[in-house]
Amino acid sequence: MPGEPCDRADVAIVGGGPAGLAAAVRLRSRGVDRVLVIDREPEAGGIPRHCGHYPFGVREFGRLMKGPAYARRNVEVAQAAGVGIMTGTTVTALGEGPQLTVSSGGGVRSIRADRVLLCTGVRETSRAQRMIGGTKPGGVMSTGALQGLVYLQSLRPFRRPVVLGTELVSFSALMTCRHLGIRPVAMIEPNRTITARAPAGLYPRLFGIPLLLGTQIIEICGDRRVEAVIVREDDGRVRTIETDGVIVSGQFRPEAALLSGSHLAVDPRTGGPEIDQFGRCSDPAFFAAGNMLHPVETAGWCWREGRAVADAIADSLEARIGDRVNALRIADVADPLKYVVPQVIVPDRRPAPIDRLQMRLERPAHGRLVLRKTDGEMTVLGAVDTRPERRITVPLEKLASAGPGEARIVLEGEA
Amino acid sequence: MPDGGCAMSETLDAAIIGGGVIGCAIARRLTLEGRRVALLEKAPDILDGASKGNSAILHTGFDAPPGSLEAECIARGYAEFRAIHARLGLPLIEAGALVLAWSEQEEGRLDTLMDKARANGIDNVEPLSAAQIRALEPNLAESVRAGFRVPDEHLVDPWSTPYAYLLQAVENGAVVMRDCAVTGGSFDGRHWELATARGRVRARVVINAAGLYGDRVDALLIGESDFSIRPRKGQFIVFDKPAAGLAKHILLPVPTQTTKGIVVCRTAFGNLLVGPTAEEQDDRRAATVDTATLQRLKEAGERILPALATQDVIAVYAGLRPATEQADYRIRARNALNYVTVGGIRSTGLTSALGTAHHVHELCAQMDVAAEPLADPVWPRVGNISEHAARDWSEPGNGGIVCHCELVTRREIEVALEGPLGAKSLAGLKRRTRVTMGRCQGFYCTAQLAAMTAGRFVVPMAAGEDQPTDRRPTSRKQADKTDAR
Repeated sequence: MPGEPCDRADVAIVGGGPAGLAAAVRLRSRGVDRVLVIDREPEAGGIPRHCGHYPFGVREFGRLMKGPAYARRNVEVAQAAGVGIMTGTTVTALGEGPQLTVSSGGGVRSIRADRVLLCTGVRETSRAQRMIGGTKPGGVMSTGALQGLVYLQSLRPFRRPVVLGTELVSFSALMTCRHLGIRPVAMIEPNRTITARAPAGLYPRLFGIPLLLGTQIIEICGDRRVEAVIVREDDGRVRTIETDGVIVSGQFRPEAALLSGSHLAVDPRTGGPEIDQFGRCSDPAFFAAGNMLHPVETAGWCWREGRAVADAIADSLEARIGDRVNALRIADVADPLKYVVPQVIVPDRRPAPIDRLQMRLERPAHGRLVLRKTDGEMTVLGAVDTRPERRITVPLEKLASAGPGEARIVLEGEA
Repeated sequence: MPDGGCAMSETLDAAIIGGGVIGCAIARRLTLEGRRVALLEKAPDILDGASKGNSAILHTGFDAPPGSLEAECIARGYAEFRAIHARLGLPLIEAGALVLAWSEQEEGRLDTLMDKARANGIDNVEPLSAAQIRALEPNLAESVRAGFRVPDEHLVDPWSTPYAYLLQAVENGAVVMRDCAVTGGSFDGRHWELATARGRVRARVVINAAGLYGDRVDALLIGESDFSIRPRKGQFIVFDKPAAGLAKHILLPVPTQTTKGIVVCRTAFGNLLVGPTAEEQDDRRAATVDTATLQRLKEAGERILPALATQDVIAVYAGLRPATEQADYRIRARNALNYVTVGGIRSTGLTSALGTAHHVHELCAQMDVAAEPLADPVWPRVGNISEHAARDWSEPGNGGIVCHCELVTRREIEVALEGPLGAKSLAGLKRRTRVTMGRCQGFYCTAQLAAMTAGRFVVPMAAGEDQPTDRRPTSRKQADKTDAR
């Protein structure tokens, strides 16, 4: 198949990152013949391609790897397994059938498949989306853009930037800076605590970078290039930090623009597709896996999820998964819960690839998680005491007694 | 001849100072009328001042002061745009506008506004009840009281349009010099000799279309100005493409004395725009955005279209209008000096530019020798980057998509960098192609763009590993001073 124009596949996978490639390999090993991965970048591999640091690959390949090596390994394994990989090709529309419209250097064409797996991943929230004030000089960018410049093009966009955010990716930005001798002058976090889990929080101190908690960037200054940022601290104090760049890191959101023009149901809270525990979308010929479902998890998490959803796809090709009837639908989550995945649980007891409810908080909170059905029935899911950007999981077995219907999840007894 | 050499030995018919929409349209008109012109722009690329941030509406001029020069230029500009846009490959999205009253007071002014529209020759405005309005625009908030429809208010591509005007001028012999600030000049009774950052330029006539610096250029060259510029800032927010389905018409408020008010409209690129604010400031250069104002704009948008509450803002920007002490345009010819000032052109400039250019041509004809209009001018077509027609990504040989959010192809970027008016800044490339202007704001394509544009921009996107930039940071004040010339 490689090299040939392919307009027919058994399973077409949109996005060749960890989830898509792991799923492709698994589908081949389950005996699916024509598995096609479509990636819009010049090379498959996904975001790890430009994460030139550790740790990747320990659970998948039993080796500690940097991102680019991990991305290459995923591609090599897929190629060896007979997966077709089509790069430089952008899916521009999803249609029933399923049918994909794709654009490449050669123009537009259609690809038909029995099943489609969406693995389009996430992107960071931009400066514009955060409505940060000031001028619009060069040198304001996401971690993803920075890593692309540094690792893919060996370019250095600035020498002494500030990093906004303290998520895992923010520390990845610090490591990226070190790679090219860029010395960040501050790490800035609006909350009073670091978002990422220890030990990442130790890095700034380790690298000698001032960590400014409870601090917001209110204005970016500079004409053609960033010259300074004006920050406001929790006590109202405003000051200017001289800098030549701003790395606007984290606050991931799904790269799910394809859904908005499609027939697939979208979950307004994740921004990704609404799925059941098999990773199946509202059109059962479409599946989804990886970070577009839940911004954001590690590459390893996405890899395992891709592989698990591939099993469900293989099962569905053999008509071995129950339809979406008598399903429990979690239509809503109450503040401070941000989202829940999967949103639909079908009464099919076979092992599911997404075997846990995954949730996130908007802000630090604790209390008792309760599933409340519209018919009044309630199920206690467990106690939580955690922070945003940390995953909350609940085994699906806890919902076994809930039965079909509409429900919402609330956090009770929050102090 | 783009960015023509340094000192020009030739004496031109006219030197146009300022590469905004007005300067571009004047360069086109004078060139088509057979004159040899140079356009001088101080920024690395054209459209870098007032013309970079506007609401991209082709105005009918229904609310312009009847009988004003502005109203006349709008009418002529509107008519010519309709006549030529297809030939230049420029989109025209026929949206129509609704002027909406949200209070009893505003409702009371609708009749006056409709009379004014008719006095301006716009005789197809139609009054609408709240129910009729909501039938046309079902997503509008229920609190709308009444309004009227202006069927001929439309949407255009705000950057391809002036770019196409200048491209036609260049392809018919005009010279464009960018990074070419005018630093002085003298008139010897027959010729002007301008000192510029790129050497001397001799011309019989000088046309000041310097926009936000119009009064300063007047002072520099003729020692006086009829007006002083008081920049009026407008902040805008841009919603992602799904929001564009929420309103078919351009939704206008009842205008006030100072501003047309906050508009909600689609864009030629398939987004939805909310803005502008009207904030007076002294700074002619920095069009800053601020979080609180952007948030208020978002809330204002949600009051008009409640469904915007769940839509994503993907971009924000601010533009500066070169307002003066008076509302009308400040266009004046000084025949004894072979000098024309084209100043004080604000929100309506994008529409009026072609008409203003005709007016300027007529003024020039009184002070210069006659010229023969070009018998068979070249009509270049610009590539379509709007959503109204097929884009390059659907055509063979496009080189693949580089900017995934706006579906910008490698070929489109290469053309924009190479063309006779090749982009000289990232901002210029964005305006020509829309790269990085979508929802990811460069998350995915920055690295590839930096590689593609290496060595092309006055300020590179990023330094190479071996050529670190080591520009000493300057304070904002210093930066302002260096440009205040």
